[in-house]
Amino acid sequence: MKKDFSQNLGFLGLFLCMVVTLLALGAIIYFIAVRGIGVLNWNFLTQVPRSAMTAGGIAPVIVGTLYITFGAIIVALPLGLASAVYLCEYSPKSVVVNIIRISINNLAGVPSVVFGLFGLAVFVKFFGFGVSIFSGSLTLGILALPMIISSAQEALIAVPQSIREASLSLGATKWETIKKIVLPTALPGILTGVILSIGRVAGETAPILFTAAAFYTRGYPKSIFSEVMALPYHIYALMTEGAHPDKQRAIAYGCSLVLLFLVLFISGFAIFLRQRQRSLHG
Amino acid sequence: MDNAIKMQAKNVDFFYGKNHALKNVNLDVYANKVTAMIGPSGCGKSTFIRLFNRMNELVLHTSFSGKIFLDDLEINSPLVDAVDIRRRVGMVFQKPNPFPKSIFENISYGLEVNGEKDKQFIEERVIESIKKAALWEEVKDRLKESALKLSGGQQQRLCIARCLAVKPEVILFDEPCASLDPISTGKIEELILELKKDYTIVIVTHNMQQAARVSDSTAFFLLGELIEFGKTQDIFTKPRDSKTEAYITGRFG
Repeated sequence: MKKDFSQNLGFLGLFLCMVVTLLALGAIIYFIAVRGIGVLNWNFLTQVPRSAMTAGGIAPVIVGTLYITFGAIIVALPLGLASAVYLCEYSPKSVVVNIIRISINNLAGVPSVVFGLFGLAVFVKFFGFGVSIFSGSLTLGILALPMIISSAQEALIAVPQSIREASLSLGATKWETIKKIVLPTALPGILTGVILSIGRVAGETAPILFTAAAFYTRGYPKSIFSEVMALPYHIYALMTEGAHPDKQRAIAYGCSLVLLFLVLFISGFAIFLRQRQRSLHG
Repeated sequence: MDNAIKMQAKNVDFFYGKNHALKNVNLDVYANKVTAMIGPSGCGKSTFIRLFNRMNELVLHTSFSGKIFLDDLEINSPLVDAVDIRRRVGMVFQKPNPFPKSIFENISYGLEVNGEKDKQFIEERVIESIKKAALWEEVKDRLKESALKLSGGQQQRLCIARCLAVKPEVILFDEPCASLDPISTGKIEELILELKKDYTIVIVTHNMQQAARVSDSTAFFLLGELIEFGKTQDIFTKPRDSKTEAYITGRFG
């Protein structure tokens, strides 16, 4: 009896913790949704801002977010994937390589505002790309690199040695084995990592603060060297600047809701891919 | 044993780090015969056959001395590319290891990496290989399905078909039935006997009955040394070495 009681108490404790977590998540979604849903409509998603950001829509802001996010992935994916392949498949197993691995993992822990300052110093000033989509994408790309490298490394390590040996034993070269067997097998895992970093990058504010984002631009960005509006910074700007805080606040919540949906959608897609990968390899 | 020698190991020593895994091994593999390697776990027999297709190069911190010949070619000579050796000396592994691809792609892969582009030729060779591996009836309607859906025994025959497709001269079997049930094992053994008409076969096995059933000559390894090598019949009926006798009669191992 006593055993049953303490066991049930234990389970109850675990259950309550789970409920608190769920409540926190639910509360976020609920409050953002309640305050943001009022401004959400088709025009909000498809129009440009008007009347000093108190009316119209946020279409250029969404477009700006998509530009810098995909720009970041275009920067980070080839670099990250190539580094991961090199580290996993080619690099000699040595102390130096281990230090490189650890450094990459540590890079993931660097505060994002530090990346922002780095981007300002290097891309905006030193290379002279200015405050632009280009600088923002490079900065966010570097932020995403460690995430992409470590998820790609995990996916590559998970490819069984036995099928590499099978490929080599048929007279395939190491490069053919990597290209035709290892990478396709690791692809779903790599994609999952990429998508999760897309979600992360889309929501980052600090790295684009000094490198890409503008409070207001007229219409859509003209080129990759234009400043852009982006959702996370737009929310920040609406809450801290401008002359009509009340109207702006509603729009800020609307933007948050859109960003939340965007990121949830992207993460959901990642989970879907992972499940599909499991069922294929299970 | 008046057959031509297909592969030959001369004074082979092999180390994993400081562990002396093979000690001065000399052995001839005869063409179109089945050579079995028996011995207790850790005796070096798997290590030994992995030298025949230079697979041990993939393992770190190893060292090798001695010479291994394929016909007259010394396979470890600096002028020889391991890729060419592996195309001529195929391997079937202990655990079935199909690629996570379709049945068809598993077999066509070897042809593609060896530069074959003719689609019709590839298709014919794939079908021919599956038939030779006695798998055709079971998979002919589902060549496009994932190879991972096959049973363990079917997967192992698929791996044999994959190996046959590139037409190697020698096939190394590294405990091919270790993870299979008796029925699948029987099928693989029949297949090996069939294949020796066209190929030279080396098989590592833990199962002495299997060695007795399929092989023409048998090598007994113990602690990295080749204790005895001779006709299978002789090894099992009148072993010269007392250690061989002890092993085949089940007194240790």
